[in-house]
Amino acid sequence: MSSTPTLPRDMRNTVLPGHAACHGCPIPMGLKVVGAVFGDKVILVVPACCTSVVLGMHPGTAFNGSVIHVAFASAAAVASGISAGLFKRGVRGVQVVAWAGDGGTADIGMASLSGAAERNDDFIYVMYDNEAYMNTGIQRSSATPAGAWTTTTPLGKKESKKDVTKILIAHGVPYVATASIAYPHDFYNKLKKAAGIRGFKFIYLHAPCPVGWRFDPSLTVKVAKLAVETGMIILYEYYDGKIHISGPSRPLLDKSRRRPLIEYLKFQGRFHGISEGELRNLESYVDSSWEWVKKFMQ
Amino acid sequence: MVLKSLTGNYAVALAVKMARVDVVAAYPITPQTTIVEKLAEYIDGGELDAIMIRVESEHSALAAAYGSALAGARAFTATSSHGLLYMYEWVNWVSRARVPLVMAIVTRTIGPPWNIWTDHSDYYEQRDTGWIQGFAMDSQEVFDMTLQAFKISEDPRVYLPVMIGLDAFILSHTSMPVEVPEQELVDEWLGARTQGFIIDGSEALIHGALSSPEYTEEFIKDMGKAMEEAVEVIREVDYSFGRTFGRSYGGLVELYKCSDAKYHLVLMGAWAGDAMEAVDTLREQGYSIGVVRVRYTRPFPGEELYKALSSSKGVIVVERGVSFGSMGPMFLDIAGNMLKYSRKLPYMRNVIAGVGGVNVTYKDFEYIAKETIDYIESGEEPSVMTWYHARRSK
Amino acid sequence: MSNLTKKAKSLHKIPIARPSIGVAGRTGTWRWMKPVVDLSKCTKCYQCEIYCPDNSISVEALKGAVVNYEYCKGCGVCAEVCPAKAISMVEEEQHGP
Ligand SMILES: Cc1ncc(C[n+]2csc(CCOP(=O)(O)OP(=O)(O)O)c2C)c(N)n1
Ligand code: SF4
Ligand code: SF4
Ligand code: SF4
Ligand SMILES: [Mg+2]
Repeated sequence: MSSTPTLPRDMRNTVLPGHAACHGCPIPMGLKVVGAVFGDKVILVVPACCTSVVLGMHPGTAFNGSVIHVAFASAAAVASGISAGLFKRGVRGVQVVAWAGDGGTADIGMASLSGAAERNDDFIYVMYDNEAYMNTGIQRSSATPAGAWTTTTPLGKKESKKDVTKILIAHGVPYVATASIAYPHDFYNKLKKAAGIRGFKFIYLHAPCPVGWRFDPSLTVKVAKLAVETGMIILYEYYDGKIHISGPSRPLLDKSRRRPLIEYLKFQGRFHGISEGELRNLESYVDSSWEWVKKFMQ
Repeated sequence: MVLKSLTGNYAVALAVKMARVDVVAAYPITPQTTIVEKLAEYIDGGELDAIMIRVESEHSALAAAYGSALAGARAFTATSSHGLLYMYEWVNWVSRARVPLVMAIVTRTIGPPWNIWTDHSDYYEQRDTGWIQGFAMDSQEVFDMTLQAFKISEDPRVYLPVMIGLDAFILSHTSMPVEVPEQELVDEWLGARTQGFIIDGSEALIHGALSSPEYTEEFIKDMGKAMEEAVEVIREVDYSFGRTFGRSYGGLVELYKCSDAKYHLVLMGAWAGDAMEAVDTLREQGYSIGVVRVRYTRPFPGEELYKALSSSKGVIVVERGVSFGSMGPMFLDIAGNMLKYSRKLPYMRNVIAGVGGVNVTYKDFEYIAKETIDYIESGEEPSVMTWYHARRSK
Repeated sequence: MSNLTKKAKSLHKIPIARPSIGVAGRTGTWRWMKPVVDLSKCTKCYQCEIYCPDNSISVEALKGAVVNYEYCKGCGVCAEVCPAKAISMVEEEQHGP
């Protein structure tokens, strides 16, 4: 990645203080980076999710750009429409960003997302992944990892996490990347790169939620870092038919440099009491994710 | 002006083209498909400078059309039956957002069982969505109404989406002559798109944010007000269209042989033509009857209908749809709306017919009318609601 | 465009909002922990400002990190990420209803 951008100055007037997020919420952390890249020349398309609440109540909004709130399944479809409308009217220099949760992406929004990706419509889709339906009170989504407690999986989720990034790679779109709220510069660079490419761009953003994951709100960044350092979340880009591993994850190609998974899990109440078997399960999920990434680095 | 032979669907497509839409987003469903195919042909053939978003579902069709409309584009979609039901969430969203947009509904029966023929249930089910709803009778009216829909939707007093209904096959796929005006005249009459707000990054605007009950109530109340204003706008648009293109339809309802009629057949859609034919025959046989053809059901033409029907000896509302456990949706609307003007209602009968696409001919209308009139003239009253069933034992 | 918008606003009630500070109110009344910066330790590294979810701490070039107590929620993220351990979370003297 190129030079380190001056994030703070650009971030100051993006997410406005006094919004409605919980303590330590990862969402404004991510939105600040979006704001840092595009200023107010951005149109966010937000389906039903925590962000609909975080940004606060009419007649004000805590984001210094345009925001269109839309029905739960439709972030990608509306973004396609806006992008087409702007293009037809000759409006340039405004970035359309669909900003959707894991539920709005991996579950109910999957069809419209896949449609927009297949059509290669020109916008950036960010899936911020807090690994459950938080808006409605911590129900499991298909992106909830195995073993995690949610209110609809009181004994822990049995199924593995759906890896939406892989699905998007399979669409053959020009740019796919993973990012984490713990690495804002990395996310910044990926957004910048995506903005320079015409067509459909997908960025996955890992976003630990203190409320839903049951950890202390001061630890949001720490937990997000641990997800990367244990190898649970792998930061990479996919373009030109290849995976390009990103700085924070690069050393972890060497498995011995990954922290033990339990260091990530132990801060999170949602994993309390997971069995040995479930832990092994998660560990092998991590291993196979890495194997897959390595294959596509060739 | 040129005369062209067009199916209802091609009349829609041609009007959309002549309205110079910027974005079309649609998903195929019988019997709407030929609208989308024709528009794709226009666009790919360079006849229409627009972007077509070939979406993966109707839910996304309206969502994408909405997005482009928010961004300032003139947008259009079309669907039928299951497609319309699939996009239902968005049908409501678009009107509540006050975004001008036009959609054609080729009315088709809802399954199961699978059935592609016309009835009006899909159209009726949209009546509480906040869309302006019009229903055409023939290809010429489809063409005219579609053009007018853009004008009505984009009127600053309105800013609500408009849907235009047309019957599957008997209109959508049947060719009829259509007078097609000059493009320059259409451009001049329709003008450039206007809308309440545009989200294109030129200023930071936020739409649809979480709102308190009090704000929300204001927004919804304002939609009601816009609907009321739309009554006058529809009349005006009908009038100015007539001045420019030589065709007016009389506003929200069309009256056929009503000036001296004692009895009235009330209905909407393509079969109104058959009802008119029946009325011609009935008149020859000495029956004093006319047809009240409803062109718009939202806003509901309460005033027009009251004027036309208040002194009727018998009103027969024939409908291709029913609200289960109640009566025909249009009958309920007529009865309810007339109460705004008088507590004394004429004798009114609701006949449910043609449901599931059953063919109803002028002979059936003749039968229904005669039966009703004969009852009333003999001092009896038939039951208020009946099914006129094609497989009835005669 | 702006003209259109203004016109619409006078004609109709449409759910359009605008960016504003404090949409969910001030936090000073209910926050139970607050970050206190020891400016002598602050190296102006910007970590706190980068991560603060509420954009309520900013680094002033000469002074160091300054907290906006009107909107700081007291989540403790800034203290946790500060490499210099310049921020401590202290209990509010008065909190609760
Ligand atoms: C069609 C529809 N179904 C259900 C809901 C209720 N709903 C709103 S947000 C939400 C979950 C959102 O989860 P996610 O996308 O992960 O975002 P998060 O709240 O976690 O940020 C649900 C189920 C809805 N608004 N619309
Ligand atoms: S539940 Fe989690 S993601 Fe949602 S607002 Fe609260 S902290 Fe943020
Ligand atoms: S993180 Fe700590 S050292 Fe860095 S600017 Fe903030 S207070 Fe100062
Ligand atoms: S405690 Fe939380 S809200 Fe307050 S300044 Fe620190 S990071 Fe921001
Ligand atoms: Mg979620």
